Amino acid sequence: MSNPAPPVPAARPLYRRRSGRLVAGVAGGVADHLGANVLWVRATFVALMAVGGAGVVAYGLLWIFVRQEAPTVERAVVPRERQQALGLAALGLGVGLAASAVGNSALGWIVGPLGVAIAGAAVVWREADEAQRRRWAGAGGRAGWRAAVLRVLAGALFVASGIAVFLLGKLDMGQVQFGLLAVLATLVGVAVITVPWWVRLVRDLGEERRERIREAERAEIAAHLHDSVLQTLALIQRQSGSPREVARLARGQERELRTWLYGPGGYRRPGGDPVTEGLTEALAAAAAEVEDTYALTVRPVVVGGDRPLDDDLRALVLAAREAMVNAAKHAGVDEVSVYAEVEPDEVNVFVRDRGAGFDPDAVPDDRHGLVGSVHGRMTRHGGTVRLRTGPGEGTEVHLRMPAAQVVPTEEKEHAP
Amino acid sequence: MTEPVRIFLVDDHALFRSGVRAELDRSVPDVTVVGEAGSVAEAVAGIAHLKPDVVLLDVHMPDGGGAEVLRRVRVAQPDVVFLALSVSDAAEDVIAVIRAGARGYVTKTISGRELADAVRRVRAGDPVFSPRLAGFVLDAFSDRPGAAPPTDPELDRLTRRERDVLRLLARGYSYREIAGELFISVKTVETHVSSVLRKTQLSNRYELSRWASDRRLV
Repeated sequence: MSNPAPPVPAARPLYRRRSGRLVAGVAGGVADHLGANVLWVRATFVALMAVGGAGVVAYGLLWIFVRQEAPTVERAVVPRERQQALGLAALGLGVGLAASAVGNSALGWIVGPLGVAIAGAAVVWREADEAQRRRWAGAGGRAGWRAAVLRVLAGALFVASGIAVFLLGKLDMGQVQFGLLAVLATLVGVAVITVPWWVRLVRDLGEERRERIREAERAEIAAHLHDSVLQTLALIQRQSGSPREVARLARGQERELRTWLYGPGGYRRPGGDPVTEGLTEALAAAAAEVEDTYALTVRPVVVGGDRPLDDDLRALVLAAREAMVNAAKHAGVDEVSVYAEVEPDEVNVFVRDRGAGFDPDAVPDDRHGLVGSVHGRMTRHGGTVRLRTGPGEGTEVHLRMPAAQVVPTEEKEHAP
Repeated sequence: MTEPVRIFLVDDHALFRSGVRAELDRSVPDVTVVGEAGSVAEAVAGIAHLKPDVVLLDVHMPDGGGAEVLRRVRVAQPDVVFLALSVSDAAEDVIAVIRAGARGYVTKTISGRELADAVRRVRAGDPVFSPRLAGFVLDAFSDRPGAAPPTDPELDRLTRRERDVLRLLARGYSYREIAGELFISVKTVETHVSSVLRKTQLSNRYELSRWASDRRLV
């Protein structure tokens, strides 16, 4: 059996773990993102505690701004890992205490009242995570509703009492100062408690916008399919007695859909090239016309980039169209090859069929087609026509038009 | 040809598979469809088991498409020949499967008889270039002013003769007609086309790698 090398895993986007987490899955998520061991990430957060409690702040910020992972990957927390993590948490608490003991006294309140507030906030945030998880799980999660409210209330109480104790410690301040501080602290408390809901609100808005864009796109595709493919299919069903007509409809529809899917300015390249009337497009249009009128296949291949149409090139396209019509009428084939090559100083178009062919000398003078329409047109614009045919050999018309000082439009970046 | 060519069909549309199978079974006696698959995994397993001569490969499929099948099969079975078959005429699709290792590319509108011809030809070791593919390759190798200079002259440039052959292919000529036109043998035409195929697959020209990377292949 073949055993291909597994694709190189791209760096995983940062998500918080939903399972196998201890507090909020932040450490686990960071570990997954960096491809590191969880233990080291946790140890880093603990070490950061020594720097003015930065570990807690970092953890909190990551908690707020990083989403939970959506897919349900089941990870179990090994008892050993839990013990290690608890040990680290205790160590972190110790580090925080020690830092506040040796540092300035301002840090003292981190482990006091504010510590209580932080714990309360953690409870509330975790409950918000749970609520989101229940939402993902669907209606099945109504059971723990009462407990959830209790937990949120308890958390809010923690935060409030933490802030209150902190304020009580500042009673010696003046009235005005104390009032301001109390208002500020209350605002902060409310902000902290409601963070998860704010975050969710913002995310839901973004999600809704994306959904609306997707919806609009779906609607556009549906509308297009309805106007084109479904209509054609209905027509085909009504015309099913006539294979020729069915083929014509199918071919026309295929061409139209192809242009929409792959063409410039089409569905896959919205806002791509501005639709300027160029040689490629004019030839394709001419081929399409002949396809539709004479029920045969004409697929132009254009090499060498596009050119804006001038009078000479317009004449060239018309002459090529006439050659296609000729082939369609007289050759008795169901396919005509058209090949155009754009060179800096000239444009060559070959129209070829594998059909009956004819003896050019035997064509009566009153037959207008090739001589008048093709030859006349080309020579009037300084081009040449070479005809190559014989009875039973098919026909190839070579049209050559020298390019008048035209600057090619898409020299550097021509659309495939 | 004494032994029938054994074909394996890979396409996620069951309707299309049965259509191709019916058409080949009915109209072409020396080609037999030995198996078919509707997904990448099925295809890889089926090809390993049945060891067909030629795999007809759809370009667009879930799970990575034809290119993924090519990549996984060619490691273990480098001698299985792939002919890509797709509704898409977009350059990036055509170039991408060719660069992943397919020996030819035809569109799904091809008739049963032409398809059988193409199968026989890739089976015999010759590439199959539709006029459109020839056009793309000509474009990719053209030396427009301002194009990046080739890094590997041997691979990044077509010889004059290869260019002539490609041009005639794009004009809808068959190998035999090209041979007559250029006063060379059919064998020589085949050699030129094979060489163009090799260059298309291996060259690092910007245009080619851009088309391939559009389909995230390189």
